[in-house]
Amino acid sequence: MSAPVLDVRNLTKHFPIKSGIFKRSTAAVQAVTDVSFSVGAGETLAIVGESGCGKSTTGRALLRLLEPDSGQVTLDGEEITALPAARMQAARRHMQMVFQDPFGSLNPRMTVRETLMEPILLHRVASGAAADKMVSELLKTVGLNDYHAERYPHEFSGGQRQRICIARALATRPRLIVCDEPVSALDVSVQAQIVNLLQDLQKQFGMAYVFISHDLAVVRHIAKRVAVMYLGRIVEEAPAEEIFATPRHPYTRALIEAAPKPVPGAAEGREMVAGDAPSALRPPSGCAFHPRCPLAQDICKRERPELRPMPSASGTAAAACHFAETVAAMPTEATRPTPELLARRLAVLAEARAAQAAAG
Amino acid sequence: MTDQTDAPLLEVRDLQVHFDTEGGTFRAVDGVSFSVRRGATLGIVGESGCGKSVTSLGVMRLIPRPPGRYAGGEVLFEGKDILKLSEGEMRKLRGGRMGMIFQEPMTSLNPVYTIGDQIIESLRAHGWKDKAKARARAIEMLDLVRLPSPETRVDDFPHQLSGGQRQRVMIALALANDPELLIADEPTTALDVTIQAQILELMRDLRERTGSAIVLITHDLGVVAETCDDVVVMYAGKVVEKAPVADLFASAQHPYTLGLMAAVPRLDARTDRLETIPGSVPPPYLQLPGCRFAGRCPLATDHCRAAPPPLREIGPGRAVACWRAPIEEVAA
Repeated sequence: MSAPVLDVRNLTKHFPIKSGIFKRSTAAVQAVTDVSFSVGAGETLAIVGESGCGKSTTGRALLRLLEPDSGQVTLDGEEITALPAARMQAARRHMQMVFQDPFGSLNPRMTVRETLMEPILLHRVASGAAADKMVSELLKTVGLNDYHAERYPHEFSGGQRQRICIARALATRPRLIVCDEPVSALDVSVQAQIVNLLQDLQKQFGMAYVFISHDLAVVRHIAKRVAVMYLGRIVEEAPAEEIFATPRHPYTRALIEAAPKPVPGAAEGREMVAGDAPSALRPPSGCAFHPRCPLAQDICKRERPELRPMPSASGTAAAACHFAETVAAMPTEATRPTPELLARRLAVLAEARAAQAAAG
Repeated sequence: MTDQTDAPLLEVRDLQVHFDTEGGTFRAVDGVSFSVRRGATLGIVGESGCGKSVTSLGVMRLIPRPPGRYAGGEVLFEGKDILKLSEGEMRKLRGGRMGMIFQEPMTSLNPVYTIGDQIIESLRAHGWKDKAKARARAIEMLDLVRLPSPETRVDDFPHQLSGGQRQRVMIALALANDPELLIADEPTTALDVTIQAQILELMRDLRERTGSAIVLITHDLGVVAETCDDVVVMYAGKVVEKAPVADLFASAQHPYTLGLMAAVPRLDARTDRLETIPGSVPPPYLQLPGCRFAGRCPLATDHCRAAPPPLREIGPGRAVACWRAPIEEVAA
């Protein structure tokens, strides 16, 4: 990889819990601890994990929407975490965010034009007639029309709103977009449209994405690299094709196993992890996953396994498990062929769709 | 009992649920028919606005009136039309022989009562006179849904539980009176995948143990494949396809069902580009003369746009509402 667009070193963010009459910090929610990764230009790194694993806090800390406690975030060689407030605002031009809830993340009192104009004017990307032209181009880029510009958010569907959020993020031509569960609130057919749009835009403009999601199938589709988080730490990181073929951490494996698959009978005889994720307020000793892990031994309760490099085809896989080698010896299920008749019908439909698109 | 086993437990015939608003009449559910066998799970699948939740509320007779109203059809529970029952009789049925689970366990549980009290209240409303026995039953139910240390958790309030635990309590509550029919509206949508897998496993297990029938409302084809025996696919208030689960995933017929399948990214293989279904669901007040999916279907003809396709039988337990099916034969 050439010099990465985004480089994150030892990012940590804990939220103190204050109690008593003097509001002293008595404990801390260890939301994100010692997280490091990097993302190249035009690449997508996905952060996956379940609620409370710290993936959203990581996304926000990257952009300093939450001030990290320690660690460095470097964007194109400039250390974001060291910038004073005044310079920070200018730097925000290069890093944008798309949120999960397209209903809550647009100002209901602003028209689409005002929403898109704001970052353009604020960051002096363009002004006057050039700015107007830019709004119109942005709308076209995300698959909307000029007449949408004067409308308010409530007049749009969820998918269209997410398009507006993406257009707003694109307005400043950022180098990095952090997408926090951008398709989780959408129906599957709309989800596919937005995923395709994000991929097209990345090809066109070459931004790096940090794609935060709980949906492994979407992640497999969109990401080049995947980082799996559990209770605030990365427990495994590898290229997407490697992590899905040979997951090395039992938690990654559990996530893949648990994801519902559109194949009748796939759930039979599935090994399942028990229980809920523990609180980030009091993470378990040793390996945080040990109370739920089928492979846990005494050492797992005593010693926290470091994220260590794993032998792999790419040479860039890493996992934090004392028994990573043992887990990797259990291959995941191979690709299941699509039933013949279903495949034929899907092909007929795809062909008709393509013909229709070609005819305009 | 033996002579009844073949008769469906629940049969919905041509159900019409309409909403009267200033903008006109919304036909949220427009002529929906399906049946559920004892001990089987029926999945109702579709995207937002397809009418799946209104169908489930309609079956429980929980449609707010006004603006909603039943404009036709029958809901036969053990052969008896529950749309004709009095509100008192209906209340006895609900939470008794018909249980329900909703998507949001936080808002469906009362925050100021302990979970034990809520289960006991339901038991006492359905004939459990002895309070101590009802409490023992509540603990037994919490144990059944594998809530850890049920003897002490029974006195917890909902906020003391995690999302997955709350959903377990909802299931315990729904099952407390041994319902013959359980209606679950997106029971795992708000949960993490590892917790979702546990809850779905629990539902499969309970169905086997108690023999109750389940109607599972979901948008997730993966959940359908793993949990259901039969599937109903809804689009814009109508049933577009019905099939046993293995048949649906081997040879779905309707272009909408196929479109949904192609739009879901796969975990076991990577594709370059996801198929999409362009456009969006037509608003329910729009009275379309033909097939409601025609506007988004690449195979639609003038005939499709002019006449509504009937839901026609194409095999045992299989039906499709499409003029062009089977579509591999229309391809030239």
